[in-house]
Amino acid sequence: MIKVRKLVKRFGLKTVLRGMDFHADQGEFVALLGPNGAGKTTFLRILASLSRPSMGRVNIAGYRLPDQASAVRRRLGVVSHQPLLYGDLTAEENLRFYGRMYGVRDLQSRVAEVLELVGLTPRRRDLVRTYSRGMQQRLAIGRAVLHDPDVMLFDEPHTGLDQDASAMLDTVLREVAARGRTVVMTSHDLARAADLASRFDVISRGVITASVKRDEIEPNNLLAFYRQALQVA
Amino acid sequence: MTIESESSYLPEEQGTPAASKVAGFLRAMGAVVWKDLSAELRSRELLSAMLIFALLVILIFNFALDLDPATRREPTITAGVLWVIFVFAGTLGLNRSMAIEKDRGCLDGLLLAPVDRSAIYFGKALGNLVFMLMVEFIVLPIYSLLYNVNLFNPGLLLVILLGSIGYVAVGTLLATMAVQARTRDILLPILLFPVVLPVILAAVKASTGFLDGSEMDVIRPWINLLIAYDIIFSAVAFMVFDYVVEE
Repeated sequence: MIKVRKLVKRFGLKTVLRGMDFHADQGEFVALLGPNGAGKTTFLRILASLSRPSMGRVNIAGYRLPDQASAVRRRLGVVSHQPLLYGDLTAEENLRFYGRMYGVRDLQSRVAEVLELVGLTPRRRDLVRTYSRGMQQRLAIGRAVLHDPDVMLFDEPHTGLDQDASAMLDTVLREVAARGRTVVMTSHDLARAADLASRFDVISRGVITASVKRDEIEPNNLLAFYRQALQVA
Repeated sequence: MTIESESSYLPEEQGTPAASKVAGFLRAMGAVVWKDLSAELRSRELLSAMLIFALLVILIFNFALDLDPATRREPTITAGVLWVIFVFAGTLGLNRSMAIEKDRGCLDGLLLAPVDRSAIYFGKALGNLVFMLMVEFIVLPIYSLLYNVNLFNPGLLLVILLGSIGYVAVGTLLATMAVQARTRDILLPILLFPVVLPVILAAVKASTGFLDGSEMDVIRPWINLLIAYDIIFSAVAFMVFDYVVEE
């Protein structure tokens, strides 16, 4: 579903991604682990077609980036640590707006369905700026799944959430993954990633240094695996 | 090989690809305008800031110039003061309009949509134009009253419309560039004013012409310049917006 070969991204003189290779099969939930500045967000922004690669090949669902960006965007849902929602619109209005941007069919019923999925039906007519951070993040997931994408990208979705909100977000994430979507999630939180993902990739200094499947590693050994992978770079 | 299965919630390609593209373009543009107007009608943040600023500028000019009643009604003074008000209030609006998109990462949300990105530009520009025209049509009667000048001249209204289109066309593009910078509030006027100078010059000249009842032969070149500027900068924005928003 996602194939990345020798991806390089430079910002001026600074090289953030240094010939990175990556792949994710359909239905896989990949946790991309790494320290600050490793290139996780830059990588996700390139997959999301928000940033142009300096070199290398990126292929999502058979479409090339950046040449076929529009076709890729139809198949992508993106959740970042910012909600990408308008505070002066209600939850319903936000979803309706994004639905129109994507040209979603049967918009009214789809919006109702998504609000139900993220548990915000009772607050659908409240302005988003009155929502807690956790509620905003749930609505952000609703926005991202509105057009039923094949691939979901999550950029540290738990940032700024308390324990309860994080647990609720995990439930929604599991539900999203259970529908057979390919998921790539960046995270600092190993315990949370261990709980959700089916594969763990470690990124350090702009390259993937190690990759392991969930059934190939004991959850207790994930920290040791992560530390060892960081030393490789 | 591409994966053919696609979301059942997305529309299939209908008709010719060109017709489908145009429909998608108009739908996205309409959605952006609807979103901007709905959010603004609820918060009134942008309009009230522009309006208060415009009214303050009228008052400041009134006291600072300290002109006798006859000079105040001079078409050159009226046209100059009006366009200074529109330009300053417009800059405030442009900055705020793009800041709303940037602050909560909403610009990324817009850019993630599978639409021609220039539809986002035209949607934002149209929204900005509506706000600017609303402020202008509130400022005109107030100015008329305070300075005792009749501003209800169809020619003047046409100039205001053409000048505002040109100002917003280039302003929305540059505001999108400036909003990426930390010093966006300072950067926008520095980028915008030199580029928009031909619009201001033509608008002031044409407004003066209509206010002092000049012949159309005198005014027409300035109107033509405004129309040419509007078309050129809308076309330039259509072509470069995708590159402006991309990292």
